Amino acid sequence: MSETPDEAIVTKGLRKSFGPLVAVENLDLTVQRGEVFGLLGPNGSGKTTTIRILTGLLEPSGGTALVAGIDVVHSPELVRRRIGYMSQRFGLYDDLTVRENLTFYAGLYGLVGPQRNERIAAQLSEYKLESRAKQLAGTLSGGWKQRLALACATTHEPDLVFLDEPTAGVDPLSRRRFWELIGQRAAQGMTVLVTTHYMDEAERCHRLAFLSRGHLIGLGTPAEITARFGLGSVEDVFIELQRRDEAAA
Amino acid sequence: MSRWARIARWPFWAMLRKEFIQMRRDRANLAMMIGIPAIQLSLFGYAIQTEVRHLPMVVLDESNTPESRSLVQAMVNTGNFDWSGSVRDRTELAAAIGRGDARAGIVIPPEFQRELKRGRTASAQVLIDAADPLASSAAISGAGLAGAERFRALAAERGVTGAIDLRVRPLYNPALRSAVYIVPGIIGVLLSMTMVVIASIAIVRERERGTLEQLVVTPIGKTSLMLGKIVPFLLVGYIQISVILLLGRLLFHVPVRGSVALLYTVALPFIVASLAIGLFLSTLVKTQAQAMQLGFLFLLPNILLSGFMFPREAMPPLAQWIGAALPLTYFLRVLRDILLRGTGLESFWREMVALVGFSIVLIGLSVQRFHKTVE
Repeated sequence: MSETPDEAIVTKGLRKSFGPLVAVENLDLTVQRGEVFGLLGPNGSGKTTTIRILTGLLEPSGGTALVAGIDVVHSPELVRRRIGYMSQRFGLYDDLTVRENLTFYAGLYGLVGPQRNERIAAQLSEYKLESRAKQLAGTLSGGWKQRLALACATTHEPDLVFLDEPTAGVDPLSRRRFWELIGQRAAQGMTVLVTTHYMDEAERCHRLAFLSRGHLIGLGTPAEITARFGLGSVEDVFIELQRRDEAAA
Repeated sequence: MSRWARIARWPFWAMLRKEFIQMRRDRANLAMMIGIPAIQLSLFGYAIQTEVRHLPMVVLDESNTPESRSLVQAMVNTGNFDWSGSVRDRTELAAAIGRGDARAGIVIPPEFQRELKRGRTASAQVLIDAADPLASSAAISGAGLAGAERFRALAAERGVTGAIDLRVRPLYNPALRSAVYIVPGIIGVLLSMTMVVIASIAIVRERERGTLEQLVVTPIGKTSLMLGKIVPFLLVGYIQISVILLLGRLLFHVPVRGSVALLYTVALPFIVASLAIGLFLSTLVKTQAQAMQLGFLFLLPNILLSGFMFPREAMPPLAQWIGAALPLTYFLRVLRDILLRGTGLESFWREMVALVGFSIVLIGLSVQRFHKTVE
C-alpha cells in the first residue's frame, strides 16, 4: 500500500460529457488530507458527476483524477479500498437490520472474525446505533438512515469519504448531529468531500468549491469567499455567483 | 496471511450471506419460487392427464366369452378407458369414434377364447382416436398394459400358455408422441424459466432500489458479486427439481429409472447456465418489468425449439441451429435418458460436456457485460 499523500484528491482538467451535454468542464481541484471539502452548486451543476468520477462510477471524458494518490481511471479497484461513499439516494438494504447492513459492508472490505465484530461494535457505539441494531433499516427514520449509511461507509476506516447530499430531507436536529459526526471523522484525519444545498452546512466546511454548469466558479474557505465578494454569507455568494454565471451564459 | 485466511476475506462470502438473509426474509418470494413450479406442473400434468384418463371406449366383442369380457374389464381397470357401450360391427364402431362419442374401440374376434385355450397367441385390436397425440399415446400404453396384465392373470389362474397380441391402430394421427415423454421436459422448462427470471430480477432489483450504486463503489469484484447472487438460487433450483420430481411421481407416475444422484449432478451446469443467462439479461434492461418480459421472450424458443414440444429432427435447419444454442435442448435429452430410459453418463456425456461449456461461457459473458459503473 502506498503512503497516503498530503493531497487526498487532485484533479486536472477533468471533463465529462454525456453526448452534447457537458456535465463537468476542465475541473482542477485539490483537496488536502483531513479537510472537509464542500462542493456547492445548483442542481445539474456537475456535483454528483464529479463525485461519481472520483469514486470510479463514471469514466471521465478527459483529464486526470488522483484519489488517495491513485489514478482512479486506471485503478478504480485500488481506490475503492481507500474510500467510502454515500449516494444521494439511500443505498442500503431495507430488508436487512442495522447490524446486518454493517456486517455486509464490513465483509465487502474483507473484514472478518473478531476484527470485524470489533469494528462493528465500535461503529454502533460511535453512531449511537446500538439500540437499533436489530431494527430493519427500512423502518428507520430519515435521520437514522443517513447515520447508518455513514456508519456503513466508514466501517473499513477509509482515507476519505464522499457524501452526496447526505442530509437531503432530514430534520435540522438530525442534520446537526450528522455534521458533528462528520467533524469527528475529520478530526481523526479522514478527508470528507460533501455536496449540500444547505448553507449552514456549507459554513461548517473547511473549504468550498462552487460549481455552475460544470465550471468551477469559486474556491476558498467560507470566510475568504464571503470577504472576497464583500457579501454577508455563503448563501449570498452562492446566489450572486449563480446569477453572474447565468448572465454570462 | 494463509491461503484460508485470504479466502475467508473474499467479499463473495459477505454477498452470499446477505443474499441468504434476504431470501429467508422474503417469505412471499420464496413461497412463489417453490410454489410456482408445483402449480405449473399440476396444471400441465392434469391438462394432459384429464385427456388421457377415462377415454370412452366402445366394445365389439365377437367372442363373447369370459376371457373376452375379462380383457375388456382389464382395460377399464387401467383407468385409461371407460366402457361406453357395445357395438354390433366395425362400421358402428368406426362411426362411434368418428362422431366423437367414443375415443377408442376394442375389437375382439370370435376365435379369441379358442386360440388362448390352444396355447396360441390370441389377438385383439384396439382402435384409438389419435387426433390428440398425448391422449392416444397414453391409451396405447394403457392398452398394452391391460394386455400384459390380462395375460399374466390368465396364465396364473388357468395354466393357459397362449399369449395375447393387442394390435393398436391409431386413427387420424399415425405419428404418436408419448405423455411421459413430455413430463420430464416440464422439469427443464420450468427450471429454465424460473432461474432466468429470478437471476435477472435479483440484479435489476438492486439497480432499481439504488443499492447497486452503493455496492459497486466497494472493492467487491464482478465475479464475487455475480456468484454471490446466484449461488443461493442453486439451492432454489434444486428444491424446484425435487418438488417437480416428487409431484411428477406422486401425481403422474413419471418414472425415475436412472440415478437421481446423477440427475442432480447434471442439473448443476444447467442451473448455472440458466442463472448466467438471467444475469446477462439483467445487463440489458433497466426495470424488473423489462427483465420479466425479456425472460418470457427467452422462454418461447426454449419451449418451441428445444424438443420439449416438437421433435427437433423434423425442424428446418435454422430452427435446429437455434435449438442447438439452447442449454435446455441438451438438458432435456439428459432428463429423458435418466428418467425414462434409465441410462447413465455413457449415453449423454456429450450433452454433459455441452452443458458445462454453456455454464462457463455464459458466466464469463455476463461478468464481462456487467460494469461496475452507472452509465
